[in-house]
Amino acid sequence: MTVLLLVIMLIAGRLLYPNFTSGQAIVDLLGKNVFLIPLAIGMTFVILSGGIDLSVGAVMALGSVIAASLLQAGWSPALVVPIVLLAASTLGLVVGIMISRFEIQPFIATLAAMFLARGLCLVITDRSIAIDDGFFQSMNLAHINLWEQETVNLRGRVRVSDVYTTPSVVIAMAVLVVAFVVLHYSRFGRTVYAVGGNEPSARLMGLRVDRTKISVYVISGLCAGIAGLLFAFYTASGDPVAGIGYELNAIAAVVIGGTLLSGGSGYVLGSMLGVLVLATIYAYKEFDGDLNTGWTRVMVGVLVLFFIVLQRLVATRRRR
Amino acid sequence: MPNEPRITADRPVVEMRDITISFPGVKALQNVSFRLFPGEVHALMGENGAGKSTLIKALTGVYAIDSGSIALEGTDVLFSGPSQAQQAGIATVYQEVNLVTNLTVAENIMLGREPRRLGLIDFRRMRKHTATVLRGLNLDIDPGSMLSSHSIAVQQLVAIGRAIVVNADVLVLDEPTSSLDVKEVAELMAVIRQVRDKGVAVLFVSHFLDQTYQIADRITVLRNGELVGEYLASELPRLQLVSKMIGKDLAALEALEEGTKREAVERIEGGAYLAAKALGRKGSIEPYDLEVHPGEIVGLAGLLGSGRTELVRLLYGADRSDTGTTTIAGKEVKLRGPRLALGHKIAFASENRRSEGLIGDLSVRANIVLAMQAERGWTRRIPRRQQDELADRYIKALDIRPTSPDTLVRNLSGGNQQKVLLARWLLTEPNLLILDEPTRGIDVGAKAQIQKLVAGLSEKGMAVIFISAELEEVLRLSHRIGILRDRHKVAEIVNSEATTVDDIMGIIAAEAQPA
Amino acid sequence: MNTARTNTARTNTSRMKTITSSRLIWPAVVLIALLLANLLWNHSFFDITARDGNLYGAPVDILRRAAPVVLVALGMTLVIATRGIDLSVGAVAAISGSWASMYIISEGGGSVGVVLIAVAVALLMALLAGAWNGFLVAVLGIQPIVATLVLMVAGRGLAQVITNEKILYPDNSPAYKLIGGGYLLAVPFSILLAGGIFALTAVLTRKTALGTLIESVGVNPEASRLAGVRARPIIFLAYVFSGFCAGLAGLMLTSNSTSADPNSIGLFIELDAILAVVIGGTSLAGGRFSLAGTLIGAFIIETMDAFVVIAISARSTDVFKACVVIIVCLLQSSRVRGWLLNVLRWGRPATRRRRPPSSAPTPAAADARPPATVPDAAGAPVTAPVKVTPSCAHHRRRAAPRRAPGNAWASASSSTRRSA
Repeated sequence: MTVLLLVIMLIAGRLLYPNFTSGQAIVDLLGKNVFLIPLAIGMTFVILSGGIDLSVGAVMALGSVIAASLLQAGWSPALVVPIVLLAASTLGLVVGIMISRFEIQPFIATLAAMFLARGLCLVITDRSIAIDDGFFQSMNLAHINLWEQETVNLRGRVRVSDVYTTPSVVIAMAVLVVAFVVLHYSRFGRTVYAVGGNEPSARLMGLRVDRTKISVYVISGLCAGIAGLLFAFYTASGDPVAGIGYELNAIAAVVIGGTLLSGGSGYVLGSMLGVLVLATIYAYKEFDGDLNTGWTRVMVGVLVLFFIVLQRLVATRRRR
Repeated sequence: MPNEPRITADRPVVEMRDITISFPGVKALQNVSFRLFPGEVHALMGENGAGKSTLIKALTGVYAIDSGSIALEGTDVLFSGPSQAQQAGIATVYQEVNLVTNLTVAENIMLGREPRRLGLIDFRRMRKHTATVLRGLNLDIDPGSMLSSHSIAVQQLVAIGRAIVVNADVLVLDEPTSSLDVKEVAELMAVIRQVRDKGVAVLFVSHFLDQTYQIADRITVLRNGELVGEYLASELPRLQLVSKMIGKDLAALEALEEGTKREAVERIEGGAYLAAKALGRKGSIEPYDLEVHPGEIVGLAGLLGSGRTELVRLLYGADRSDTGTTTIAGKEVKLRGPRLALGHKIAFASENRRSEGLIGDLSVRANIVLAMQAERGWTRRIPRRQQDELADRYIKALDIRPTSPDTLVRNLSGGNQQKVLLARWLLTEPNLLILDEPTRGIDVGAKAQIQKLVAGLSEKGMAVIFISAELEEVLRLSHRIGILRDRHKVAEIVNSEATTVDDIMGIIAAEAQPA
Repeated sequence: MNTARTNTARTNTSRMKTITSSRLIWPAVVLIALLLANLLWNHSFFDITARDGNLYGAPVDILRRAAPVVLVALGMTLVIATRGIDLSVGAVAAISGSWASMYIISEGGGSVGVVLIAVAVALLMALLAGAWNGFLVAVLGIQPIVATLVLMVAGRGLAQVITNEKILYPDNSPAYKLIGGGYLLAVPFSILLAGGIFALTAVLTRKTALGTLIESVGVNPEASRLAGVRARPIIFLAYVFSGFCAGLAGLMLTSNSTSADPNSIGLFIELDAILAVVIGGTSLAGGRFSLAGTLIGAFIIETMDAFVVIAISARSTDVFKACVVIIVCLLQSSRVRGWLLNVLRWGRPATRRRRPPSSAPTPAAADARPPATVPDAAGAPVTAPVKVTPSCAHHRRRAAPRRAPGNAWASASSSTRRSA
């Protein structure tokens, strides 16, 4: 279903803008939304287990801010990267414990975490910090050439150029592959599905439900940290007000990708497709400068609604 | 036909001694001892509140025990959770299939124990292993298929398959047949016998007398948290079993007997207020006929699980029926929900007064007027003065204590809570009042009051359907008695001076006639 | 209506009064403590001056800042009481505020008539938004988090579309400014408006049966259904009301600031509102609610913000808010309460290894609560009803607010029955 949607949108885009489906444009779908990918992947884990994580956007911003401020203070990237990841995962751990051990509902616990992360961002800095560290900058500027393509620009001239992507995309893809393997080929992954499908049963089957639930939020935190680093690469800065609303985009990608919000069913590859769908929507905006950004949000909302209602109809029919 | 006695070992594989478990205010189990022998099917029988599920939970590690001991193969064990019990070799299959339906059959059987290669799941080995297990169960299904695509019966068998994979020494089956039809039950029984013959100790809990006698080698009866006895199935006739389960608390009842002498009840003539024909719901209650006349009390008797509650829920529309028709005052109606039933002047007091009856956080007053308020809708509030008046009226009439209408219902005793619930329904002035276990868990005094109330209502012309597990109560009040067994309404008798509890029990215990 | 009351009843009533009032005691105490803290830090905290016949001062500022939050929180209270949540309130505020500003500017601002029309239409849009949410939740049965999430995302987009992505400056309209920034009878109008809506909500819930029915549905939906309560219109109404309040708040916010940025109107206000409701004593799991509690909760948030700003730094407010949310949630969690009670040696001695009912799912019937939480006061054996309800549907644990475990009156509702 999602694939169909994606194809339709790409075709429509092609009809509107000739360069829409050029090689570079397609690759750019990933490149321009690279930090959404790990967010959606982490969110997939959480939603599969039956929970939800509203803090990922804030944690992403926090990650970028920590990185930027540490780099500014002269720390080496070799230290900064692990620290960011550790910090993000720790926040995820705290959230996981609140939800699993103290039985606070995921939605309020992660809401609090969102506040906390944003707040910590603001405590560190109230404006964006530029990064001029060599490593970080190179991560953004480095081109990985994929293949050659021909494009016809508006004046009809043919240009040959390399289709390229950045290391960030490679990193994001690597995260995707790891997530896929874990979810489908590891005991932990299958337990995640089980917990989301029927938590009391999973418990009675002897599975370590609590540990799984906590891990899932740690993973989400880790992914948000990765996203924060990718954001730092892309914008060469750390920004405390970055990512506001990104958690909604992540949830949207996951829902559009076919994962059930009630848990237990869905594929991380589907979430990837969801990201592509969102990316395509944003691409419309790119190609048509006059298009009001508001419409992209409306589109996202409509798509989420469509898939949710679909999920609901399927669920009701199955229950009969 | 009771099984031939099989003793395959002298030493029990599980021995629970003097188990006592209390919850605040309640002794759920008191000095109960229980043994499981390998290669035997041991049935655990008892009425509601007898302690069966508590005992099982103690064995499977869900509950901690206050005193007593559990020994596995001779050594004492102490479980801190279900996973520990599983690792010790105790596998449990629950009534509600406790598997994960969004995964495949193979995954469910092997979940948590999947074979691994280099850290990742080896799917090929998993599938092969699963196929072996399925073959052993005579289940011809694809290991890679989704569990949800199979019927409940198959899912139950898969749950057993999971237990087999664990090489369990003990298999606990808690109400495994409640969702199965006759053919599926037979398949399950065959599998259980197979498992038993391999030397596994099987603990079998069921309300269905027929099935118990089909499969059990040994029977233990619990009542009111205490052990009544352990018997060989071949040495315990059905009637004796039923009487041990139900028991009689003579002393308390004799006191009651004084207050409420049973009147000679005559057959009520006249048209039925409500007539149900072939009303049934798949998996819940087989199609039945029932008629109730104004001023008549129809009592429903049967063991727990025989379908009495399911029967009356269909009459009220709390559940929707699959088959049959309901006629009220001669006109056919389709009761799709409680609102419609209330519109037809039918009221239903659920047996779960806490979870389905009263709104605990609200006051006595609010609970009493709730049904009446619901009918009027949210815009037309019953004026406070009228609410007070109505509440006071019923508090006085039913002797509800404490007498302040502001008391939160959750703080009342069970008996008073029941009275509040009754008050709510009486306020709607129904023509038919359905009471499901209205005197359960209530002290003797309040019991008598409620019984008197019910008798009085029928004299005033209200039709009443009355469910109770206490046969004396049913006898004392009913004009006619419907008897249910194993989700069937099997008989209906007219209550007369000569009818005794034994008569009813006899009908309940009678063997099902072969179809 | 004088009925003779026994001694028991009298002590019960007075005990009852103490108990009910104690639900507000803790929030009230916290509020007073915060006010005192503010006073200690800034001795002139309570100074209220009058200029041009209008009141000014720190307390006035707090009340004024709290007004939009109060509005949104009132609607949120009703929604939460029905076991729902409304995440879209910020977006709805943005829509209504943007539209009204847009209209006023396009009509050249100024006249009262124009403002009235702007307000009326903006509120109408907010009501429609609420009705939309109500439809998704009450009719289609979609989880409230998810249903309102849609509008949360799409709503801001709509606001941007309305304003053509521009930031608006509805400056030349004193009539509009009145709503958020103006004064009436020396008191800021926004405070009066918020107070008025509070009174309206109180009347709506207590003078009609709406309050009781909402609580009934929230505490025990199954019992309410069996008693003949129609939950659908009630839940629908709660969301419509929430939308209305959000719309009103949007007007207040845009009229008070000199600019209307569709991206930032009401941003994060839903979080403040939820926090106010939770601090005020209404449980996220639904049921009994307290409007006064929500009011106090909103004041607590603003007072705390004020204090943090002057005592620490303006940037630390979010961190503090997060900590408060976490503490409040922990306190509401029955696990923590049970642990605390054990530590304080109040109540029964700690039972090791006894699983609290929430994590000991009863095998025999997934909806039967283990007797641990419900001692039958009559001392009769507590029934753990082993339901022979055959059903293949298992519970779908939703991400939506779940009943706090350990509460015997919780929804041990047989969802298995309904879906069988």
